[in-house]
Amino acid sequence: MKKRNKKTVKIESLFTPLSSVFAILVGLLLGFIIMLVSNPSQALSGFSLVLKGGFEDGLAGIGKVLYLATPIMMTGLSVGFAFKTGLFNIGASGQFIVGAFAAVFVGVKGKEIPPNLHWIVALAAAMICGGLWGAVPGILKALFNVHEVIASIMMNYIGMSLVNLLVTKTVYDRFTNRSYPVMASANIPKWGLNKIFPFNSTNGGILIALFFVLLVHIVLNKTTFGFELKACGHNPYAGKYAGISAKRNIVLSMVIAGMLSGIGGGLDYLSGAGKFIQVVDVLAPEGFNGIPVALLGLSSPIGILFSSIFIANITAGGFNLQQYRFVPEVISIITASIIYFSAFSLLFKGLLDKYVLGKKKGNDGGDEADDEEFGKKVEEDVEVLRGGEEG
Amino acid sequence: MEDYVIEMLNITKEFPGIRANDNVTLKVRRGEIHALLGENGAGKSTLMGVLFGMYQPEGGTIKINGKEVKINNPNDANDLNIGMVHQHFKLVHNFTVLENIVLGVESVKSGFLKMDDAREKVMRLSENYNLKVDPDSLVSDITVGMQQRVEILKMLYRDNDILIFDEPTAVLTPQEISELMRIMKELTAEGKSIIFITHKLNEIKQVADRCSVLRKGKYIGTVNVAETEKEELSEMMVGRPVSMVVEKSEPKPGEVVLAVENLSMKGNGGKNALNNVSFNVRAGEIVCIAGIDGNGQSELVYAITGMDKFLSGKVILKGQDVSKKSIRKHTTSGMAHIPEDRQKHGLVLQFTLAQNLVLQSYFEKQFQTFGFIKFDSVEKYALELIEKYDIRSGQGTMTLAGNMSGGNQQKIILAREIDRDPELLIAVQPTRGLDVGAIENIHKQLVAQRDSGKAVLLVSLELEEVMNVSDRILVMYEGEIVGELDPKTTDLKELGLYMAGTKRGSGYEKAQ
Repeated sequence: MKKRNKKTVKIESLFTPLSSVFAILVGLLLGFIIMLVSNPSQALSGFSLVLKGGFEDGLAGIGKVLYLATPIMMTGLSVGFAFKTGLFNIGASGQFIVGAFAAVFVGVKGKEIPPNLHWIVALAAAMICGGLWGAVPGILKALFNVHEVIASIMMNYIGMSLVNLLVTKTVYDRFTNRSYPVMASANIPKWGLNKIFPFNSTNGGILIALFFVLLVHIVLNKTTFGFELKACGHNPYAGKYAGISAKRNIVLSMVIAGMLSGIGGGLDYLSGAGKFIQVVDVLAPEGFNGIPVALLGLSSPIGILFSSIFIANITAGGFNLQQYRFVPEVISIITASIIYFSAFSLLFKGLLDKYVLGKKKGNDGGDEADDEEFGKKVEEDVEVLRGGEEG
Repeated sequence: MEDYVIEMLNITKEFPGIRANDNVTLKVRRGEIHALLGENGAGKSTLMGVLFGMYQPEGGTIKINGKEVKINNPNDANDLNIGMVHQHFKLVHNFTVLENIVLGVESVKSGFLKMDDAREKVMRLSENYNLKVDPDSLVSDITVGMQQRVEILKMLYRDNDILIFDEPTAVLTPQEISELMRIMKELTAEGKSIIFITHKLNEIKQVADRCSVLRKGKYIGTVNVAETEKEELSEMMVGRPVSMVVEKSEPKPGEVVLAVENLSMKGNGGKNALNNVSFNVRAGEIVCIAGIDGNGQSELVYAITGMDKFLSGKVILKGQDVSKKSIRKHTTSGMAHIPEDRQKHGLVLQFTLAQNLVLQSYFEKQFQTFGFIKFDSVEKYALELIEKYDIRSGQGTMTLAGNMSGGNQQKIILAREIDRDPELLIAVQPTRGLDVGAIENIHKQLVAQRDSGKAVLLVSLELEEVMNVSDRILVMYEGEIVGELDPKTTDLKELGLYMAGTKRGSGYEKAQ
């Protein structure tokens, strides 16, 4: 009897990663169906290109994947970190672009800064401005209980418009309707990565992003601060009971999330890959892509490391699709379906619960609230019995 | 042949790894009150879930009125005229009594409600069964006892013949309990049959005809209540003789540890949740706050522990005014708190056993250096507490708190709070939902705290607990303390009068 109990516990703990995998599979399947509909004869070869992604082009392709993964790894960390504290940071986009502007501004104007420090100062500026942008919804939530989703969505638009305004006022190239290129000293060093992966845009940014993955992992799992953040995130009432200041943690968590997104913006626009801030009314997609990255990575830094590389990989595959006369938007559809199904994965978990564990919930009809309360009681029955067995 | 209204024969219901009902048989005669007795986890709820069609049993048959039936969902159960009064009422608070009774089975004529017929039927039922209600008052304005009568009328209005009462007395005063007992007897006299789920032996002795006992999912037996002693019933339920009395010596009260002075707190609506509450708790005594749920006990605890702001007054802990201090300051000044809702406040269910054990002390030098958690110390400490307080779990320190049984969850909290060696232990309904064995253990721990010279403030709704464990009883009614009683000289009846607000002690007169 005891062994069987342990087994059920194990199966249960597998469900969550399993549900991510399930979401990916169903998302890919849906993408394949769409490809079949739009171009049946080449769907299969096109689909294998998507799966191969960057690996199609050998080391250069991997370099491209790493380059594409860098910004979404940072915004994914940003969203995931806030998630762990029970906050939904949908404002990564605004924090990203504000950070990007700060980096570009310092990169263009910072002639006085010693060249070997230039990129560091620019990146620090990106971090600080991103943090400020995250602080606003955090403070609003902590002091006035304004929902962070509303506040950070608004901050996205304010950030976008403000950056457009500031670019035209300060670092604007009229002929191209975009920001000036940053000075060479402001670009992130390559650290030889472009030699290992022969792709022009590959740069040290991925190493910096990896450093932050590790840092966030340590903060969340090894420190008292992370302990507090997670306690509040899982159960704010228990957090309060344990004397943890929820307000302080909400603000800090949003500031840190903002900083991570801001660095993402900095890394992206200092990559030396010829990226400029366009003066257009479009929210930075890198910010929103952080949400699926965080969801697929189950908000854990290590998970986010892999999910960002996965999404970057199929994005790289999407570019290659064009040779088969597919539009790269197919990849957006596939990622969108993956996100869609990661929400459904909860349903999938419910189905598993029902059929594998036999937890039948109350039937329709009848009084649902009654059933729910009763279901809980029965679960307690089962639980107490289990406790008895273990003893 | 005997006339059985319900026969549940050899019911077996399995959940993965567990048999929640193992060959259980329950036969209810027409017109009897049949008690279903068992500890938490004995399988009472599962059995009723099967009867209501929420679970399909793996084995066994159900007969209603002698005819074998298959109950696939709660609607089938309704069609068979089976009804249930839940422990927590399902009433719409801003509806009138009448509206609540007809809710879901309204009779309509071309889209308009026909309330007159309904009113007539309700009034007739109310008269027949002697269930006094005012059909036009709002549910939010009537007492808990009357709300329960509304629930009963709801079942009668639906012509239910088989009535299930799920621990119906938990929220009632002693007076309301005896009123309910009278109603139950009246109902059976009119030909209804009742299943009465409980673990309170007194009530079974008072009202039930027969009693079926479950233990750990197994059917132990059915007895005639009149011929069975309480001790026998409890032994059937627990499987061993249980001492019903808490053993303790005379209290030796010392200096004042907690002084509450003129505490007032705002409540929902116009009324104050707390009104000018003052009392002391001294070292070496257990002071119990008794009262019916919702009379300001929770608010009082929130105010004392710093979890909620209050309007005026002072909370003084060991001579130090902690009124405006943070919750953390309360904790580190020697206050421990076993919260009312262990899953909401007391535990982070997604955290491991070890993490929960340091929830109130992770920031101490012992467990961290420069903000980095010392996992070795945490692990060592957790193992120590698991051993010392006999906390049982599947995977040791790594077990998620959410995967543990209620009794063991409570042990985590108890261990964490007591082991910090507090001067004052505040325990709010510490035995709620626990079985007899676990209750015995918690009472022992509370008395041990007292005997080691600590102050204990117990908030309880269980009258037995109030009478057995405490050294002094303070009764709360509508946010005020209405009297102080000595458990040795008072009785349940007097306590009930205070709890219902009909009596006040000298020195506790109503403020004009």
